[in-house]
Amino acid sequence: MLSFLIFAVQRLFNAIGLLLAVVVLNFLLIQMAPGSIVDTIAGEMGGISQELMDKIRADYGLDKPVHEQLWLYISNILHGNLGYSYFYDVPVIELIWEALPQTLLLVITSLSLALVIGTICGVIAARRPNGKFSYFITVLALVGFSAPVFWTGFMLLIVFASLIPIFPPAGIVLPSLQPGTLEYVLDILHHMVLPVVSLSLIYLAFYSRLARASMLDVLGSDYIRTARAKGLSNLVVTYKHALRNALIPIVTIAGLQFAQIFSGAVLVEAVFTWPGLGTVALESILRRDGPTILGVLLLSSMVVVVFNLLTDLTYSLLDPRIRVGAKS
Amino acid sequence: MKKPQNSNQTTPPSAFSAEIEIAKIEHPLIEAGRMFVRNVSAVVGFLMLIAIIILTLVVPHFYSVDPFDMVWRPLSPPGTETVLFGTDYLGRDILAGIIHGGRATLAVGGSAALLTVVIGISVGSLAGYYGGWVDEILMRVTEFFQVLPTLLFAMVIVALFRPSVVTVAVSIGVVSWTAVARLTRSEFLRIRSLDYVRASRSIGSRNARIIWMVILPNAMPPLVVQSALTVGIAILFEAGLSFLGLSDPNVMSWGFMIGSSRDYLMDAWWTVTIPGIFIFLTVLSVSLIGDGLNDATNPKLRDR
Repeated sequence: MLSFLIFAVQRLFNAIGLLLAVVVLNFLLIQMAPGSIVDTIAGEMGGISQELMDKIRADYGLDKPVHEQLWLYISNILHGNLGYSYFYDVPVIELIWEALPQTLLLVITSLSLALVIGTICGVIAARRPNGKFSYFITVLALVGFSAPVFWTGFMLLIVFASLIPIFPPAGIVLPSLQPGTLEYVLDILHHMVLPVVSLSLIYLAFYSRLARASMLDVLGSDYIRTARAKGLSNLVVTYKHALRNALIPIVTIAGLQFAQIFSGAVLVEAVFTWPGLGTVALESILRRDGPTILGVLLLSSMVVVVFNLLTDLTYSLLDPRIRVGAKS
Repeated sequence: MKKPQNSNQTTPPSAFSAEIEIAKIEHPLIEAGRMFVRNVSAVVGFLMLIAIIILTLVVPHFYSVDPFDMVWRPLSPPGTETVLFGTDYLGRDILAGIIHGGRATLAVGGSAALLTVVIGISVGSLAGYYGGWVDEILMRVTEFFQVLPTLLFAMVIVALFRPSVVTVAVSIGVVSWTAVARLTRSEFLRIRSLDYVRASRSIGSRNARIIWMVILPNAMPPLVVQSALTVGIAILFEAGLSFLGLSDPNVMSWGFMIGSSRDYLMDAWWTVTIPGIFIFLTVLSVSLIGDGLNDATNPKLRDR
């Protein structure tokens, strides 16, 4: 247990360091960007006097030295103040808080589906490494990797929203429904199907291939041979002995891929006009709404850091070898 | 591994078997090339990529329709009169868009992949070769870049510095080098303690020489495979950014075609479908080549 605590504290400090680095990077991006907040406001007001510009600069703390500005920025973020969105006319944090659950819903559902179904497919394929199903998985993985996720989304839309209109083409829920009712939840699920399918397809293909390779690797090891030699049934050996260890690389990579699946979600949200972080990010970029886009980048990186930390921790509880490896 | 790999293993052992095996040893590159050529899907991928490159680099000289010009009635379906692939909502020739737009996609994808590999190999080789605090710092930086949602970060860079071919390529390179760096590092860690590296050091080779001339060539096989993968990812990345409208608005590209036609998806499927097919085929050809290279350079995996 002590080794777990040491490991947890270590990972926690690491995560805090990463978060701090993300904040500093965000700050640097603001500094590097050509044109400041003052110019944007001046542009919106149609030209302003020098005194007013100086006043705005002082209001935003832009007249102070860089390190003081950085400190101000960090303390603002610690107080949950991510700035103010020019375009939406609300604090950035509110905007993000409203959009984040939808994105998380999409991302977590897709990732879990891909993980579960992908692993099952991979395990089945590993039973006959040169069989038809294995071949199918290999082809599926290639196709899944090569098709742009937004294009897959559009193809699904053409087929399942236009040719055979069984799914809604856009949005997350019908505005007429009351939150909290069963219809409301069912309608969200109905809207979720196509986005989730297009987002999870890439990862499904990827995980089934990974699971297959990982299973084959484990099935070739000595302790599996021992288990078989003891006379255990094929089923027990595959699912009880082999699968457990084969899952380790899969879970590791799933944790690492959380940042990437966020990227996929941005594109999928754009295709299905899903009201999440990606839509907010895209809108704010097209409207040159600096604080919002940086807020989205900051917050999504934070989500990734927290998620990675949780994977690491759960994981080291399950597999003691990882804690030992981290110490050495 | 279960089946004999080489034909010479099937010959019955005799006094001459050792001699026969020596005679059959080839230069590893030639052997890898032979494995690659024998791999049908890899060759198909290779031919497909050649065809796409010819289509985008050579054909524009013969098919000179401007992809931004209105040439026919808007939203004409494929096969209408002179427009083989139809037209989009502004009456622009989709075939011209495919031919001219491919150039931007390939150029941005290619240069972004090159940048990715250069950054990745530099960071990974320094970290793996020197170890210690250099490794510690570089790996922290790598970890940091792995946390950033790549597409969002690239979107921010492109939006801050105005979209152009260069900013898009640089932003893709800056966000996607981490996988190459990790792979390079692990290869360097493995190779740096091998005898031939020690031998090179003992005759007084400089560090730079050991890194570039001794270790790197031996670390190349997995890096080449990863690079092929990187090209595919970079092309998808470019397509995604230009689909979102974050590419140079004066340059036609496949992703841009999809993004600009998306509102007409239900009435004119071809405006979105055809450019997507070309992105898909390009990435597929690169992945097939990558798979083929993987099989050719990694005999252990041949059974899988």
